Amino acid sequence: MNKEPLIEVHHLSKHFPVFRGMVFKRKIGVLKAVDDISFQIFPGETLGLVGESGCGKTTACRVVLQLEPSTAGEVRFQGETITQMAKQELRRLRKRMQIIFQDPFGSLNPRMRVRDIVGEPLSIHGLARGKSEYADRVSGILELVGLNPSMADRYPHEFSGGQRQRIGIARALVLNPDFLVCDEPVSALDVSIQAQIINLLAELQERLGLTYLFVAHDLAVVRHISHRVAVMYLGEIVEIADRDELYLRPQHPYTKALLSAVPIPDPLIEQKRKHCIISGEVPSLMETPKGCKFHPRCPIAEEVCRNLRPTLKEINGNGHRVACHLV
Amino acid sequence: MTKTRDFTIVRALAGHKIAMAGLIILVGLVGISVFAPWIAPHDPNEQDLYRVLEGPSRLHLLGTDDVGRDLLSRVIYGSRVTLVIGGVSTLFAGIIGVLLGLVAGYKGGFADMVIMRITDTFMSMPLLVLVLVMIATLGPGIKNLIIVITVLTWPAYARIVRGEAMRVSKLPYIEAAQALGASGLRIMFRHILPNIMAPIIVTASISVGINIMMESTVSFLGLGVQPPTPTWGNELKIGYAYLEVVPLFSIAPGLMITLAVLAFNLIGDGIRDVFDPRLRE
Repeated sequence: MNKEPLIEVHHLSKHFPVFRGMVFKRKIGVLKAVDDISFQIFPGETLGLVGESGCGKTTACRVVLQLEPSTAGEVRFQGETITQMAKQELRRLRKRMQIIFQDPFGSLNPRMRVRDIVGEPLSIHGLARGKSEYADRVSGILELVGLNPSMADRYPHEFSGGQRQRIGIARALVLNPDFLVCDEPVSALDVSIQAQIINLLAELQERLGLTYLFVAHDLAVVRHISHRVAVMYLGEIVEIADRDELYLRPQHPYTKALLSAVPIPDPLIEQKRKHCIISGEVPSLMETPKGCKFHPRCPIAEEVCRNLRPTLKEINGNGHRVACHLV
Repeated sequence: MTKTRDFTIVRALAGHKIAMAGLIILVGLVGISVFAPWIAPHDPNEQDLYRVLEGPSRLHLLGTDDVGRDLLSRVIYGSRVTLVIGGVSTLFAGIIGVLLGLVAGYKGGFADMVIMRITDTFMSMPLLVLVLVMIATLGPGIKNLIIVITVLTWPAYARIVRGEAMRVSKLPYIEAAQALGASGLRIMFRHILPNIMAPIIVTASISVGINIMMESTVSFLGLGVQPPTPTWGNELKIGYAYLEVVPLFSIAPGLMITLAVLAFNLIGDGIRDVFDPRLRE
């Protein structure tokens, strides 16, 4: 892929100040939810983003889409810098980058009919001329995501979780976006439904040429849908590589530990397999360790890891980058 | 909430005996005020100086007042002014309070700070004293009474709406609307407001009762709607002077005030019960 990247993220950070006290508020620290992350996503590609809960995945999504202002760094969409962009201009770009949420129950307004939920983006951006075009586009998009257009008059609570997630996808796609952020789109669903939604997303990507940033904590799901995968730990990207490269030859000790935690559905192999278990707790995002953020839990940490923060560096010619001193 | 759920709420309300009792009283009161010209046996302002301060008789079912006007007719016509003041001031206060509360709750920050400090100011002062001061400044009359009650009661709505709007603003579907590029106005009126109607309706129905009390209180103190316009508060005030001669003169309007306030409170309680699933059996 030597095309221009659709999304470029350079040294993006999101820090939240933390206050204490009711009357005399004083700042007692900074929570670094996203700490200096950089990546690119090329058109038609899916970048998977994995990491345990609380490592800043969702915040990363929100900041990439500028739903929340970033503290530092830059996000570019087709070469256009969207960080620090005026609200009005950002609103214009909203129709080209959309998001699917984790919670299929909370992300649909319970008081609106499916027709209005899915069609609202059209009226916000003035994209449908007249009622018939509006209705046509709504039924078209419902059909595309595998829902019967005759359900358009119903309310969200009449649908199952999987169907609701389809409604969420329809709402995001009705504007014909180029870029779609999927923030754990299947983690709230039953396993059987997960597969349906994942396959739907993959199929839509092929048909519509979509570009995804796909966030999940389920490694199997990410492996299934991603072209490249980035691993996050405490707000940083510790490893990023092509999917197969990352799953077959993980380099960072954290990635190795994550992958070895995935159970293999064969008791004989599972018994013999060597697990590398990480000890200790995830440190608070407010008091991240000095040096490499992973060093207190790392099985192979050395002196240098305690003092110097590693940066992402390329380890071979095909874009596999790792943030570890000992690789 | 949805059509089907709205429907079950209406049905649940229909099965709520207390709310239904309130509703029946209310329908009766509204009916009386709407059809007053046909129901009232006499012109409420027609004096008969040969028959002052009489007890109930076949001609005057509730008796007559100090200038020989038919008490029943005056009580019937009085419901008009009283209900209009209670209803209209509630409507206006509700609109103002909801608008400001939405802005404060959704926008937060500086707007929130300013709006909430204003409501604090209003709510920290004794209501009745403020009413009296404002009426003394503006002068009595139906219009001024509505203005004063509106100005003094909107902060209650602003408070409630602000809190609810803040809660709903954190929900994922609001974030979804933001991600779609929806404007603040659209989010406030299409997404937040429909989801917080329940507490607003409850507050409003109880508030009508409170406003009727307020009208009566102010009229009783002689600063409300000026005679000869009949209102329950006016009747009560004049009748009070003759309590020992013709008790019905003040008891009749007093009972009507009690009934009206009771009706609105019962309905408000009923709606709250029905909207709060924890209280539903």
